[in-house]
Amino acid sequence: MGHPEALEPPDPHARPERPEPPEHTDRATIPPEADMSPVPGSGAGTPSHSVLKSLLGAWALAACSPDETAAVEDHLGECAPCAEEALRLRDAVGLLHPGRDLDLDPLLRFRVLENCLGRRPARIPVPDWATPYDAEAARLDALLRDFGESEWNAPVRLRWFDGIDPAQRKTTVAGVIGHLLTVDGLVAMALGLDDPLGPNAPISPTERTERFWRAESQLATDEVHGPWRDQSHALVRTVSFAGRGVSELSVSYGEFSLPLRDSLLDRAFECWLHADDIAGAVAYPYAPPRGSHLRQMIDLAARQLPAVLANRRRHGLASPAKHLVAAGSPGRSLHLEVEGAGGGDWYIALDSPAAVGSPDHSVAQVALDGVEFCKLVAGHVSPKEAAAGQDGDREAINEVLFAAASLGRL
Amino acid sequence: MAKDTPLRWDRKMQQRLARGEAAALGELYDKFASLVHMLAHRVLNDEGAADLVTREVFGYIWENPDAYDPKQGSLRSWVAKLTNSQALHRLRLAEAAAIATGESSADELEQKVRRAAAAARADYIVSSMPAPLRAALELAYFQRRDYRQTAADLGVTEDEARRRLRLGLQLLSSAHTRPLEGSSPPGYGRSL
Repeated sequence: MGHPEALEPPDPHARPERPEPPEHTDRATIPPEADMSPVPGSGAGTPSHSVLKSLLGAWALAACSPDETAAVEDHLGECAPCAEEALRLRDAVGLLHPGRDLDLDPLLRFRVLENCLGRRPARIPVPDWATPYDAEAARLDALLRDFGESEWNAPVRLRWFDGIDPAQRKTTVAGVIGHLLTVDGLVAMALGLDDPLGPNAPISPTERTERFWRAESQLATDEVHGPWRDQSHALVRTVSFAGRGVSELSVSYGEFSLPLRDSLLDRAFECWLHADDIAGAVAYPYAPPRGSHLRQMIDLAARQLPAVLANRRRHGLASPAKHLVAAGSPGRSLHLEVEGAGGGDWYIALDSPAAVGSPDHSVAQVALDGVEFCKLVAGHVSPKEAAAGQDGDREAINEVLFAAASLGRL
Repeated sequence: MAKDTPLRWDRKMQQRLARGEAAALGELYDKFASLVHMLAHRVLNDEGAADLVTREVFGYIWENPDAYDPKQGSLRSWVAKLTNSQALHRLRLAEAAAIATGESSADELEQKVRRAAAAARADYIVSSMPAPLRAALELAYFQRRDYRQTAADLGVTEDEARRRLRLGLQLLSSAHTRPLEGSSPPGYGRSL
């Protein structure tokens, strides 16, 4: 540490272990004259009592030059009040303690809030359908909390499936948060909050993201982290106050729209998968959402599949409908069996969004893990590579897997 | 809320909690959970016990938002104080059980509680001391800057840097001598 080891110097082992900064080694090379001269009242000789006393804090922290350290330690042998204070301050250094950077278990948030609300029910609760978004935003925020400059600038490859082929874009961790900020902004606008992109911004999620990335070529962390988190808190707060009817409020994405409750669930899904992208980029582990939240996300995708199939059919990407039935009647279905936490059984109507999926009309079965299904939906796994058990009508299976993958977008 | 001063944020948060707004509780957790857990872990040195203290502290705040008096200091320092007293309370319970089974002696308990109380008080002092003092200690201790570098980093004179380091340590040293303030706020320790 570069100071003489006289009079039991401050304990270097009490310090957190980290590499010595290079500047530190320069300390010993400062010439004694230069070293002592800035100390007021010091002539060529020994510094005065008051100067030495003022150095006691720095001495206890081993933050003096070697000459100052030596001068202080000489003085301590002669001056009882200073020696007493020096001892006290050095003991105080032992109480300094590095904050633990350990990540809290995300489940702890759920358990703590559940306990609170059990003890005193909320007068203004967060609606059930908003809790997955609340939980996922909190998890991502906790991941970002200890990020430094290098993590924020870490490259991230965003992958999705454009309907036919895998697609990808390169950005940074800050760019991903900017993407979440701008697309969450669509929900904010629907609720009457300010658009983070300002007035007259485009509606399409991709165009919004591109505009943000263009405008902020060198993203500073405080330009995205704070605004993203403030907006996510504001969304949860606003839907809590908005009352029941708000869950059906239409949120426009340009080419399509979703009722608010589904839209916020979709944002929770995106938040998780992009948090997973970020965690992967900085080599952190990142767990999937709670089972009950995962189940709602899977359900949202399963509900959207018949309409996506119909859309792909119109574009010649799926084969013509086989057995059209009256609206509201059970039709030819695919049995989607999702395993693991958040799993369950879904019956996807194959021929028309107007038909109802039914176990009695099942022509094929696909079985896969919940997280695998979500990665397929996000376009992180291609339909051909998805680890899915398959049984029955090959064509139906293929078309549903491609439809699921094309739900993904930037 | 983004542009609020800390004091205004504290008051607003208190009002929102008092109103029974669950979203405010979530925001409170997001802001202070890592502080609460860290302080509790420092005293108890046990992950599960720190989780429980975290649960109890937020439960208490949610049930008693009016117990916070903004005139007495920041919400952060109040939360830190509640955490320390709850963690020490739990440490005493655990140690009392150990004495009952003969695993520990009363002397050992007293020593352990005193050590933990000093550590808790030190954490409390650091988390609520004026930011300029905290910043100086942070640079000199954790970043291993000497006081001249500390002065340059903070944009203050070397005199001032020496003064802050000494004053910060003087404040901290009181953790050894003074008992933890409010170690059992009225109706707190027992009601949990």
